[in-house]
Amino acid sequence: MATKLPPKDVVIIGLGWTGAILAHELTDQGLDVVAIERGPWRDTATAFNIGYAPDELRYAVRLDLFQRPAQNTLTFRNNDSQTALPMRQFGSFIPGNGVGGAGVHWNGVVWRYNPTDFRLLSHLSERYGASFVPDELSIQDWGVTYEELEPFYDQFEFLAGVSGKAGNLNGVIHEGGNPFEGPRKREYPLPPMKMTYGPTLFAEAARSLGYHPFPQPSANLSAAYTNPLGVKMGQCTYCGFCERFGCANYSKASVQTSVLPVLMRKSNFEARTECEVLKINLDASGKRATGVTYVDSSGVQWEQPAEIVLVCAFAFHNVRMLLLSGIGRPYDSSTHQGTIGRNYAYQTTSGIELFFDDKIFNPFISSGALGQVVDDFNGDGFDHGGLGFVGGAGINTGPTNGRPIQTRPTPPGTPRWGAQWKQATKKSYLRFFTLGSQGSSYATYTNHLDLDPTYKDRFGQPLLRMTFDFPDNDIRMSNYVTDKMEEIAKALKPREYVVSRRVKPYSTVPYQSTHNTGGAIMGADPKTSAINKYLQSWDVPNVFVVGASAFPQNAGYNPTGTVGALAFWTADAIITKYLKSPGPLVPS
Amino acid sequence: MVFWRSRDGRQMTGSPKQGMSRRRLLASTALLLVTVLGSRAFGRTYSGGVLPWEPNETQPPIPVRPGPWLYFTADEAAAVEAIVDRLIPPDDSGPGGKDGGCAVFIDRQIAGSFGDSRRLYMRPPFLNGTPSQGLQSPIVPKERYRASLAALNDYCKATFEGKSFAALGAAQQDQVLSGLEKDKIKLSDSSGKEFFENILQNAMEGFFADPIYGGNRGMAGWKLVGFPGARYDYRDHVDKYNQPYPLPPVSILGRSGWSVPG
Repeated sequence: MATKLPPKDVVIIGLGWTGAILAHELTDQGLDVVAIERGPWRDTATAFNIGYAPDELRYAVRLDLFQRPAQNTLTFRNNDSQTALPMRQFGSFIPGNGVGGAGVHWNGVVWRYNPTDFRLLSHLSERYGASFVPDELSIQDWGVTYEELEPFYDQFEFLAGVSGKAGNLNGVIHEGGNPFEGPRKREYPLPPMKMTYGPTLFAEAARSLGYHPFPQPSANLSAAYTNPLGVKMGQCTYCGFCERFGCANYSKASVQTSVLPVLMRKSNFEARTECEVLKINLDASGKRATGVTYVDSSGVQWEQPAEIVLVCAFAFHNVRMLLLSGIGRPYDSSTHQGTIGRNYAYQTTSGIELFFDDKIFNPFISSGALGQVVDDFNGDGFDHGGLGFVGGAGINTGPTNGRPIQTRPTPPGTPRWGAQWKQATKKSYLRFFTLGSQGSSYATYTNHLDLDPTYKDRFGQPLLRMTFDFPDNDIRMSNYVTDKMEEIAKALKPREYVVSRRVKPYSTVPYQSTHNTGGAIMGADPKTSAINKYLQSWDVPNVFVVGASAFPQNAGYNPTGTVGALAFWTADAIITKYLKSPGPLVPS
Repeated sequence: MVFWRSRDGRQMTGSPKQGMSRRRLLASTALLLVTVLGSRAFGRTYSGGVLPWEPNETQPPIPVRPGPWLYFTADEAAAVEAIVDRLIPPDDSGPGGKDGGCAVFIDRQIAGSFGDSRRLYMRPPFLNGTPSQGLQSPIVPKERYRASLAALNDYCKATFEGKSFAALGAAQQDQVLSGLEKDKIKLSDSSGKEFFENILQNAMEGFFADPIYGGNRGMAGWKLVGFPGARYDYRDHVDKYNQPYPLPPVSILGRSGWSVPG
């Protein structure tokens, strides 16, 4: 039996980027806020200590900062005809754990999605005709527009200190930035990072082919910075320990570097760590949340009443929380009815390794978000007429690291061990770099999330079940963009190169991306979306579900910029609309 | 009751002034809550206004200590040393897996949290899945090593006139490892390929991980490829294109040149 605690105005499930942003904004309004976080407390000096942060085995291989499958995992199958089995260890994606969430171990790439991404179905129908979108896809409009989100993208970019070069300022295209991006009101807070050798050569090669390379927008800071909250951050040192690591330099934006130093000074905020929310409680009508029930690290259950519940965990945890709490109608993949678990999507990637004899790239001098990108084949920035697919991908070279347990490619034909392997490794390590394509992942009627009928977590609650394979549309898209990428690879004149194309079936084993999206998607129609344009549950209006779980489908970009913008957008809707008139912000 | 009213019934409009008064009001509630939680709840509570930063509250790694094997028997250790020295053979460019400490690394790893899969999801039922579904075995690494090394020993003794793996010549050792890799040699516990993949992965981890974990002795792996190790600031070399990095590698514990001689 759970012991009832004194009520709060707001309870937040999960203290990552979205939870911390909302906590900061709502505590500024005088609300009494508690965040309940499953993992441990983390901050820079103690948890990402510079004395031992650069430890590849501990953090990148044994995954010390990540969610442990023993705590919670998912089951997986490629399609409904298979029996889902648990992901006993994480592979293709690795969810975060603890204060800061996935915003601790991210690379720090901060994109805005394109204006057409937010009204994808409408846009494609207008441009190519209603029958152009392949039948397998269940893509939708977001219900919110780029123009509405622009001020909130801006807010997140200035919070994080993003380093980049604007390509479109108020509709005027600027040389050196991304000419395909939506208009932004002002320049990035910081100039782009310094480029290393590989990205510099990539940009020259891409330009020679008529493309438009630009520096990847980065939350690894190009210079010291004080953000609008007054928090000081440091200049990136190009150490190459970003992804899978916390930043010891205060130079990769995270909850720790950008928000907590201010949030934790507020007496109307409280964080409870190592406490896992089991469910959101509803009143007898089922239309109003009364708070949450959580279990602490000794196994004792507590009920935390609150007037507003903000679901701010990682994407698929948000979906599972709604399913476990009975909020909304679970999606049924056979009838296409229901909303919770609908439109789970991912990221469609491919890569090329290039090997040189005469060039030294020093792959260890790098950062998570440093690099150059070509956006000429992303989204609907190019004419899809006659191509047989929708969507696109950014082509990039982002040399994130040279950590040698995981990053030491050898040319084709090299054995995996023995004398030849050793010589090839010695020769290749300094003399390679890679190109990548990061493509859209468009939702289908068959890819979805629900509760597993067999496997349970340590509290006896069902694991989330993921059913996913790459849509044929996305494979065609990825092959098309990979062909374009191969032309750039040839222009770089390597001794040899190896193309890794995306193929079916999707496998949970090799790492691909922790850009998991959808399952509790936003939209204009309560029949096909879980939340309205303000990320408010259609079914239980005092519940808001914030994160990449809201994406109706994923674009060819890293999601965090849009996740941050949606957090500020939601905070604004709560403050300017909901607090004045609690109830549905959009009539259903 | 509507929550956006404070206790004296004033409407909360979110203006800073009222927000502040609301905040003061709530501070007393927060104190009450701390008392409640402090006495009974586990997990940790960080109340705003009381900063949770404590000096020196860190979790440094525990360096591996030299000495006897923690998990392997002497025979097992001899086999593992022989295997890692064929996977990463000594040559002109530097030491192999054995002198590089890979066997010590694996011994310490499987004696620790990696060896019993305590971080993994190990609840039944265990069913065979598709390759896309990944690892589904209930056998944890320390059990896998023990069973497979015994089976490898049986195979070698039966095939090579009573010799253990460690007693074979290099060419025969390579032949056995290649047979396991290609799934052509089946061990009696039917683990050949899986065992090979595990020990290849763990040997490479040992050769390239920070030396604090017992492998990469003398930073042999890092010197082989030219990785400078646990350095944390390359700003002065970022734009020196096509030029080798001039400084030698350094471990989390520093390097020998840093200690005072004598």
